[in-house]
Amino acid sequence: MSAPLLELAHVSKTFGLGGLFSRRRIPAVDDVDFALRAGVPEIFTIVGQSGSGKTTLARMILGMETPTSGSIHLLGQNLAHIHGAGSRKLFMGAVQPIFQNPFEAFNPLRELDHYLFLTARRFGDANDQQRARTSTDAAMRQVGLSLVEVAGRYPHELSGGQLQRTAIARAMLAKPKLIVADEPVSMVDASLRMSIVNLFKTLRDELGISIIYITHDLATAYYISDRIMIMKDGRVVESGDARVVLAAPQHAYSRQLKDAVLVPHFKVQTSES
Amino acid sequence: MTGAAALAIDARQAVPAKAVLRVDGLKAYYRSRHFGVAREVRAVDGVTFEVRANEIYGLAGESSSGKSTLIKTIAAAMRPPLEVVDGTVGFSFLAGGTSITRATSAEVLAIRWRNLSYIMQGSMSVLNPVRRVRRSFEDFASRHMGGKGAAFEARVIDHLARVKLDANVLDSYPHELSGGMRQRVAIALATICRPDFVIADEPTTALDVVVQKDVLGMIRDIQREIGSSLLLVTHDLGVHAYMTDRLAIMYGGMLVEEARTADLFLTPQHPYTRHLIASLPRIGDDTPRAGLSGSPPNLAAPPPGCRFHPRCPLAGDRCRRETPAMLVHAPDHRVACFALSGRGGTA
Repeated sequence: MSAPLLELAHVSKTFGLGGLFSRRRIPAVDDVDFALRAGVPEIFTIVGQSGSGKTTLARMILGMETPTSGSIHLLGQNLAHIHGAGSRKLFMGAVQPIFQNPFEAFNPLRELDHYLFLTARRFGDANDQQRARTSTDAAMRQVGLSLVEVAGRYPHELSGGQLQRTAIARAMLAKPKLIVADEPVSMVDASLRMSIVNLFKTLRDELGISIIYITHDLATAYYISDRIMIMKDGRVVESGDARVVLAAPQHAYSRQLKDAVLVPHFKVQTSES
Repeated sequence: MTGAAALAIDARQAVPAKAVLRVDGLKAYYRSRHFGVAREVRAVDGVTFEVRANEIYGLAGESSSGKSTLIKTIAAAMRPPLEVVDGTVGFSFLAGGTSITRATSAEVLAIRWRNLSYIMQGSMSVLNPVRRVRRSFEDFASRHMGGKGAAFEARVIDHLARVKLDANVLDSYPHELSGGMRQRVAIALATICRPDFVIADEPTTALDVVVQKDVLGMIRDIQREIGSSLLLVTHDLGVHAYMTDRLAIMYGGMLVEEARTADLFLTPQHPYTRHLIASLPRIGDDTPRAGLSGSPPNLAAPPPGCRFHPRCPLAGDRCRRETPAMLVHAPDHRVACFALSGRGGTA
């Protein structure tokens, strides 16, 4: 049996608060276990409100935080044992992030194509500028844009939706196995939200990329997820197949979350047709 | 459908109520001049609507659709480079029917908070961070309500109970309260003078989903109780469905459709509205949802004709040349689109 794509075992993270002598310990993530299988791309959704620990969990998977206890393995390798530039680069090629606010993710003083070429040359298969140009253009076309639209332009010249799609194209250039997307559509306009969400489905189905989708929006979670995990105060309260969990949530908190979703439910029966 | 079914949803609308706010042909542009280069952003470009007494009127639109500029103008909070180029904003409580855009600062000061108040998105920026909540109430309200000391405080505590807050929040600083509590304090502040008109700009966007529904419910209960009109601005159609009596959709600085909320969700007419409603994901519904191609118009150089035509599946020649007006489609239902039947748009 091959190693799973991603495996979290009893992962916890506590933050210290206060002065050196009066430290309060705040558990942000508390004993989280889950695994994504290799070779079976899926969209795995983590749902929870602010303070539930979902972003801390994402940062640990991205290697930006180290767990206080427990272990995270990516394709059999413990993230805590990644040392040195070479293995770090391999890891960064395999796991790519997409953040909530694309305007904060890009340096406002750098042209966008600069970023794209850099990623294509460092993590992609491009070893010269011409190859970088063609693979960048291909990735941009996959997200419904093209290289000429962003060449020489700065982040503020694009709309939020265009920039978020550019961020996704950049992540794709590294040919990752896993994309961690933290609230990727909460800053995006309603008319563009579904194009981005649909793009994640395309990444899963056509490129075989697994996606960890972090959100507080149960409706889009239902729309794209294969599996879902609901977190509260750092703990997992419920997880399983997204359709099963959201159709009949078992835990009281999951039911509370589902009840809080404001969905227009005007019945057609009120019309006289 | 006719209006009858929708009327059954909310009986209050059966009686035509008089307008509290009437916006007529409003055009508000940002005009700037840097190093001799003039720039004009047409953020609100010909908007007409009215808000009736004791109703919740919703305004939906994505970012850069002009909805924030529109409410800034309505609230008389215009600062250069924003200018009102044309049109009027009339309130029933503004003496002599003057437009608030031409009112003197003394006139605006007299109605602000007493007749016209707002609930903003970030309650942290409404409440003074270095003053206890009690002092904020004194700053905002005691001038309009009169009274000081114990009598005033008793009224404040009485009003705080409506948003389910204890008297002890008065002794707290804003940072000591949770986001939901702060927003409830902001709601209490905005409604304590029983204003005729309340503007709520994304009142729950910064809150957690579980808290959002409670806070919205409180806003609605208070609105019903004090009988004010509420203009609710948010991009979230779920919030509009939960709260509003009538709903207008804004796109590129103009209204494209306005109807009773139930009618708008059941029989949307404008292609943009139809797309918005069809793309809402719902739990338990697996049908694929399509995104809309293209991007929102740049209001510094808007496309000619209908501002939606570059993204519109029904766009015809006329849509590229002329701007459609908001015409009555059915009772209480206005749409601005040439492609609707009977208008010979798609040619």
